[in-house]
Amino acid sequence: MTSSIVAATVKKKQIAQLISLGKRLDGRGLTDYREIQIEPGVIERAEGSARVRLGKTEVMAGVKIETGEPFPDVPNAGVLTVNAELVPLASPTFEPGPPDEDAIELARVVDRGIRESKAIDLEKLCVVPGKKVFVVFVDVYVLNHDGNLIDASVMAALTALLNTKLFNYEVEDGEIKKKPGYTRLPMTNHPIAVTFAEIKDTLIMDPSLEEEQVMDARLTVTLEKDGKICAMQKGGSGYFTQEQILEAVKAAKEKTEELRKIVVGG
Amino acid sequence: MSQKPKKLIDNKGIRTDGRKLDELKPIKIQVDVLANADGSAYVEQGKTKVLAAVYGPHEAHPRHLAQPDRAVFRCRYHMAPFSVEERKRPAPSRREIELSKVIRQAIDPSVFLEYYPRTLIDLFMEVLQADGGTRCTSITAASLALADAGVPMRDMVAACAAGKVEEHLVLDLNDTEDKEGTADVPIAFMPNMNAVTLLQMDGMLTIEEFEQVVNLAIGGCKKIHALQKEALKAKYVTVKEEEEEG
Repeated sequence: MTSSIVAATVKKKQIAQLISLGKRLDGRGLTDYREIQIEPGVIERAEGSARVRLGKTEVMAGVKIETGEPFPDVPNAGVLTVNAELVPLASPTFEPGPPDEDAIELARVVDRGIRESKAIDLEKLCVVPGKKVFVVFVDVYVLNHDGNLIDASVMAALTALLNTKLFNYEVEDGEIKKKPGYTRLPMTNHPIAVTFAEIKDTLIMDPSLEEEQVMDARLTVTLEKDGKICAMQKGGSGYFTQEQILEAVKAAKEKTEELRKIVVGG
Repeated sequence: MSQKPKKLIDNKGIRTDGRKLDELKPIKIQVDVLANADGSAYVEQGKTKVLAAVYGPHEAHPRHLAQPDRAVFRCRYHMAPFSVEERKRPAPSRREIELSKVIRQAIDPSVFLEYYPRTLIDLFMEVLQADGGTRCTSITAASLALADAGVPMRDMVAACAAGKVEEHLVLDLNDTEDKEGTADVPIAFMPNMNAVTLLQMDGMLTIEEFEQVVNLAIGGCKKIHALQKEALKAKYVTVKEEEEEG
């Protein structure tokens, strides 16, 4: 255990030194993302799905839709549920079992971006007000952990949702009757997350696992399509100055515009 | 609920609980309130009531948790079943698990954990009543409890949220404002180090609005920080008086 701490300290020095020169271990610039590969519709059984590769980080997202009851305070709206699994095959540090705090945080940060930007028009998913609505389950499945799971997961979830098909139906005596054909899930916004790692007072985007292991703190900024912030989350045991936060928010806005073109197109 | 026509802020800029836009909820702080804990604090912020206690630094149990170069810090944020309108089931919810993590990371940078290698510091926060801002009030209370326990710290962490309600930017949202408002930004801050140790946001804000909200929240944190110091001092004044009498 002591040797791993020594290794981390040495590595941190090396990474920090490079960063002070504006360089990174893998040759990227400070605000460069790793290569992004997006494959929509990889699981036929799911109503929507996507596989996203961000460098060696690999995340799959699947969307399943069921009918259920609405929340009593919003009787006219469908329900969104986001869950994340850090499956053991993705990293030697992931253990089997119910979601731990890291998985729960990941799911909740992804959830917040989708929910607060009103990415899904949930009111269109109401079948019988107060009684029956569609429940959209987004399950984020981390397949290979090489850092920046949040951004990859938001991209995967968004792509899967954009790819989701809902069967046509009509309502007869409060029951759903399926009709032939499918329509797309009503999507009205496209949230994109940008995550920064702070290493020795410098902010870098899209941290790799090595960089995450030595970072002081982490900051995620999620912006919706009109450039408004819709979710944020600080992580890690360090801190940010007020100036760093504002710098990050502005940089994130520029970056999300670039990333949104890759994920959503257009 | 959604078709409630009532306005949350009237045309004079007064909120449902009578506060101005940039006014904190009334705050009451007590330190050293629990006999068994190594340090404890009770904070009331409006109707939000939180009790925090610290046990440690103590021997790490289970042993494998121990770190050779620093103390391990464990945090539990928990809401009492009776703290909210509808009974909350006592098992930790996903929200509570996430908040326990972000609160730990908000307090972490304030403590000299490297002074106590191989030990464990336990921090427990119980929300007794919730009226918005429970994570922030918990951080404020937790930091006081650590100071009360005599754990060496770089600074006390004070926390406060700001947000947007009906086109107004407001400080320290209450429960209704949090639920019906457009954005909520909880922030934890160490004034002596200009360090933001917790930052979350949900809702929708432009970058300009966000900048103002952060300023508003940090202003609130500074006020709370002053109250924290006062409360700590007050404890030692009472101790001194007791000694002089005895």
